[in-house]
Amino acid sequence: MNGIHDMGGMDGFGPVLPEKDEPVFHAAWERRLFALSQAVPVAVPFGDDHLRREVERLPPADYLRMSYYEGWLLAIRSLLAERGILPGSAVTRVATQPPLAADRVDAAIAAGASTRKPEEGLMARFLAGDGVVARNLHPAGHTRLPRYVRGKPGVVVADRGVFSFPDSNAAGEGLRPQHVYTVAFDARALWGDDTTASSVCVDLWEDYLESR
Amino acid sequence: MGDEGEHDVTAHEHDHDAEEKGLALRVKALEELLVEQGLVDPAALDRIVEAYETRIGPRNGARVVARAWVNPAYKARLLENATAAIGELGYGGMQGENMVVVENTPQRHNLLVCTLCSCYPWPVLGLPPVWYKSAAYRSRAVKDPRGVLAEFGVTLPAEIELRVWDSSAELRYMVLPRRPERTEGLSEEALAGLVTRDGMIGTALV
Repeated sequence: MNGIHDMGGMDGFGPVLPEKDEPVFHAAWERRLFALSQAVPVAVPFGDDHLRREVERLPPADYLRMSYYEGWLLAIRSLLAERGILPGSAVTRVATQPPLAADRVDAAIAAGASTRKPEEGLMARFLAGDGVVARNLHPAGHTRLPRYVRGKPGVVVADRGVFSFPDSNAAGEGLRPQHVYTVAFDARALWGDDTTASSVCVDLWEDYLESR
Repeated sequence: MGDEGEHDVTAHEHDHDAEEKGLALRVKALEELLVEQGLVDPAALDRIVEAYETRIGPRNGARVVARAWVNPAYKARLLENATAAIGELGYGGMQGENMVVVENTPQRHNLLVCTLCSCYPWPVLGLPPVWYKSAAYRSRAVKDPRGVLAEFGVTLPAEIELRVWDSSAELRYMVLPRRPERTEGLSEEALAGLVTRDGMIGTALV
């Protein structure tokens, strides 16, 4: 969706303000919420694509006003409601798994949650060095195609392998695994003369690209 | 500051405190509900917090960088298959399952951002600082990176190529900064002590 989260190239947010000696968390509730965001998906089926979709659905003014973890709180609640977990949910409760046990935490962190998929049978449509154009797509649902590259020409730098497709996965329409490419865009192709970058590399799923 | 100004600040702090209190209550309620339903073990939450407050942070990335500075074969492996090379030092997993390391050279400086959310290589850098997730950084890093770097006190020569990497998919990036001059005599451990988190994002030189 063309949401407020898609911020690349916007002006007016002021200077970047690093915090000296910043702690990992700024409040006890941030600790608990972050930990919940990692533990809950072990028991309740949802992934980053779903979490991002919910964060992006926050009203733009709320998105800008809230701290990052407050947005996560609302997104997680919304995902739990959608899965029938919260009291009063009108929907049928989804099948759940046993909770993440304390003695399994280190192993779960080490294992990760990669969305990489086998490449067998999925021929790469593009090769490093190919000229491509990011398609001019404006889906109402979740996408990882930033607005600032849509319709712009670039060059494939690398084929990163096959990953599940966030647009379909977030919509509950399957994983649709496909190749992901790092595409380099000349900064002037994106911003004209109004840039101090030389180039911008963006990781794009095959469905976001066409040949040129 | 006059009385009126002080009053404003206090009122603002009260609002902030009330908001924080409300958030704390809402998170507590959510945790209790999930524990009650058998979906979360509170002891596991403690372990997760502990991991990210103690073990998983930018010192890990600094060790990777120092190893690459002293060991050319390791550096080659790191640039060829970052996930495996980082794994050699015992780091990996959540939000670092598919790593790419990009090398700063005299000709090119690299800068990382996630314009769409907050993607960041947790196993080597820990959880991202607030500024990395801020609208100010995410909006400008891809368009005016030199302006952003100036706010970090970094000025690059005009002729150096500045390449920005927007982590829009499931690859996670780390910058390999240039080894500072006159560090030939330093041990790998001492070199790791020179490497900063921002150096591995690209908002600092080392």
